[in-house]
Amino acid sequence: MRFSIYRYDPDKDEKPYMQEYDIELEPADKMLLDALIRIKIVDDSLSLRRSCREGVCGSDGMNINGRNGLACITPISGLKEPVELRPLPGLPVIRDLIVDMTQFFRQYHSIKPYLINNDPPPETERLQSPEERAELDGVYECVLCACCSTACPSFWWNPDKFVGPAGLLQAYRFLADSRDQATAERLDNLEDPYRLFRCHSIMNCVDTCPKELNPTKAINKIKAMMVKRTI
Amino acid sequence: MVKRIVTGAHYGLLDWLVQRVTAVVMAIYILLVIALLLFFSPHEYADWKAIFANQWIRIVSFLFFVSLCWHAWIGIRNILMDYIHETGVRLTIQVLVIFSLFFYAVWAIEIIWV
Repeated sequence: MRFSIYRYDPDKDEKPYMQEYDIELEPADKMLLDALIRIKIVDDSLSLRRSCREGVCGSDGMNINGRNGLACITPISGLKEPVELRPLPGLPVIRDLIVDMTQFFRQYHSIKPYLINNDPPPETERLQSPEERAELDGVYECVLCACCSTACPSFWWNPDKFVGPAGLLQAYRFLADSRDQATAERLDNLEDPYRLFRCHSIMNCVDTCPKELNPTKAINKIKAMMVKRTI
Repeated sequence: MVKRIVTGAHYGLLDWLVQRVTAVVMAIYILLVIALLLFFSPHEYADWKAIFANQWIRIVSFLFFVSLCWHAWIGIRNILMDYIHETGVRLTIQVLVIFSLFFYAVWAIEIIWV
C-alpha cells in the first residue's frame, strides 16, 4: 500500500517534505495505525503519537487524505492511494505528525473543565435524574483529539482568542451538568466576540469529529442560554 | 505595553442576535418587493414613484436599509477582527466603515423621502 507522509525534523530539515512509502500489509492490519506501525518497522525515524489504539485516548489525530481523523479507528480499506498523511492543520509542528497542542489545551483549561459545586460533598454521590444525566449524552464523550478545532478556520485565525469547538463542547458539558453551580460565571467567561462568537456555524467540527459528536449544536445551546438570560 | 492576550469583553451576544434579526427583516422585505413587482409590475419611473408614495412602503424600505447597514457593520467588523491585527489600523478602518454606513443610511432617507 502506498503512502505519502509529511516529514519534518526542525533539527535537520530546512523545510517540510512529503516522503513516499510502499509497504506490504499483513491480513491483521485493519486500521491506518496498524499500517503506520508497520512503516515504523521499516523507518523508525517517522514520529507520531499513539497510545490506546482504539479511539479512546485521542493521541493519533492527523490529517488523512485531507480530512482530520484518528488513525486507529480509520479503516485502511476505505482509503484512496497514495494515502496522504499530514499533521493536524494550524498547530505548530514539533516533528513529522506530532504537533504542539499547547494552544489547544490552553483554551480547554480556560473554560474550567471541572465541576464547580460549593456545597459540602454529600455522604455518597451527587445524584442526577435520568433526564439530567441524558443532557450530558453527546457532550461528555469527547476525547480531546483536536480534530475538530484544527479543522476550524476560526481556530486557525485566532487560536489564542477563540476557544474552539472542542473547548466549547466541554464548556457546554459543564453548563449542562445539573450538579454544577457556576452557570453564570461560565457564561460570563464565554460572552466575548472572540471566545464564543468567532463560531459562524460552518460545522467543519461536526464533519470531522471521529467520535461523531456535534460541537456546533452545543455551541448553539450556549448561545441560547445567553439569549435566555439576557432578554 | 505588556503583550498579553486580551479577551473576555463581556459582550457579543447583542451583535450576534442583531445580525440574525436584521437578516430576517431583510428576507421579509425582499419577499415584499417581489410581491410588489408581481402585483404592480412597474415599468417606468412614474410607476415606481407611485409605489413609493405610500408612507408605509417608505417606512418599511427605510427599516430595510437600517437593517442592511447594521447587518453589514457586524459582518465587516468580524472580517476586520480576523484579518487586521494592528489595533490602530483596525480602529481607523472601523470608524471609516461606520461613517460610510451612516452616510448610506442618510442617503437612503433622501432617496426614499425627498
